[in-house]
Amino acid sequence: MADCGCSSGTCCEEWVVGSVISPIGEIPKITGEWSKSDKMGQLKARILNSFRSDYKVEPGLYACGNPDNLSDVFVSANYKLSFDILRKEIGERDAWIVVLDTKGINVWCAAGKGTFGTDELISKIKELSLDRIVDSKKVIIPQLGAAGVSGHIVEKETGFKVIYGPVMAKDITTYIENGYKADEEMRSVPFSFKDRLVLIPMEVSLISEKVWLFIVGILIFFGLMPQGILFKEAFFEGGVFIVFGLLSVFSGAVLTPALLPFIPFRSFAIKGWLLGELCVVICLISIQSSLLDNYFIFLAICLFFPVVSSYLAFNFTGCSTYTSVSGVKKEMKLAIPLYIIASSLAGLCLILYKIQVWRSLL
Amino acid sequence: MMKYLKNVVTLQYEKTKCKGCKKCLDVCPSRVFGFIDKKAYIIDRNLCIECGACEKNCPHGALKVDSGVGCAAAQIYSLITGKEPTCGCDGEESSGCC
Repeated sequence: MADCGCSSGTCCEEWVVGSVISPIGEIPKITGEWSKSDKMGQLKARILNSFRSDYKVEPGLYACGNPDNLSDVFVSANYKLSFDILRKEIGERDAWIVVLDTKGINVWCAAGKGTFGTDELISKIKELSLDRIVDSKKVIIPQLGAAGVSGHIVEKETGFKVIYGPVMAKDITTYIENGYKADEEMRSVPFSFKDRLVLIPMEVSLISEKVWLFIVGILIFFGLMPQGILFKEAFFEGGVFIVFGLLSVFSGAVLTPALLPFIPFRSFAIKGWLLGELCVVICLISIQSSLLDNYFIFLAICLFFPVVSSYLAFNFTGCSTYTSVSGVKKEMKLAIPLYIIASSLAGLCLILYKIQVWRSLL
Repeated sequence: MMKYLKNVVTLQYEKTKCKGCKKCLDVCPSRVFGFIDKKAYIIDRNLCIECGACEKNCPHGALKVDSGVGCAAAQIYSLITGKEPTCGCDGEESSGCC
């Protein structure tokens, strides 16, 4: 590592293309180009939770183009996707990037947690002796970092003025051309159909880990007979339940987020419940199975699966850009007791059904 | 623009403390603030997402908001375990948000 002066590991990265000399030593020079593995990384980070949780770059200082003491300083998180999007937008422009240690979390979430925060920024500015590198005495922070950074405290402690850039890195060029001013559009968080679709694979991927437990549980429950576990019952009766289970996941984690603005009511839990109930009804009409004629089974399905859809839709508040913690807490007060009551009643119905079946056999 | 539940946000603004620096207008991601007669004003408080950026960046302490993790999974996790709300963004839990 000593040969290029960069911090550990970065020398081997594809996006490090050399180094530039600065008053504090050699700084890794990076490219705005995305390699194949950067593109694959973006895809995997959107789908695989295990990959996303460990998709990091080394915190520290990086050089884009051939920056000097008059170049801009951009601040980013050390989640690699955040960093990649920033370096792509900066391109070959001469600039410095300060990467904060946000434990591999994106700017907004890290700002909420405080890791993209006032203290971390102050310590990085001091640690890197940023005052020896640039004369401008200002750092440009993505606007969504503002929830973690007190600009006036950073300025008081370091002398560096904090300037808030646009929400999205794609607006950086326009922002600079506008004389470092973000217009209304650049200062708002978009949440279009496409923005929501991008988030869906991760939702589904996180749930799929739990869906396996549900499937195994259902197969055992329906297969369990006085003689032991019977495959016919497990697959034919359990199968019907599994179809409803997958449907409710689809309704809550895919359909509700995608159709969010078009579903009535503001509450996410209600939106998800409505769509869930609708999907269940459609499915009840179209599936031909004698199992559904049973009163207990019918009730259990109508009670439980819309609740699953509701819960998953409610979880999407974490992905949305316009929900507040007070709103989420208010929804919880109503939703959680109802979830518990509906699930318990559904469980009771299943037990009653099982007793009914066993009694007819014994 | 989509709106969440009405009349729930905890945003409080003390107009007398405002010195008109417009920092809140810069940092708010939800266009909650407007500016008139050298002071900020709240256009629509129901747009507030309680991110806390305005409170953090108001040098004069004119703004207060109970900010927090606005994610159901995190809040439910906190309710069950009694720990701080966390949504698995840091890889400790695997409920999915952000």
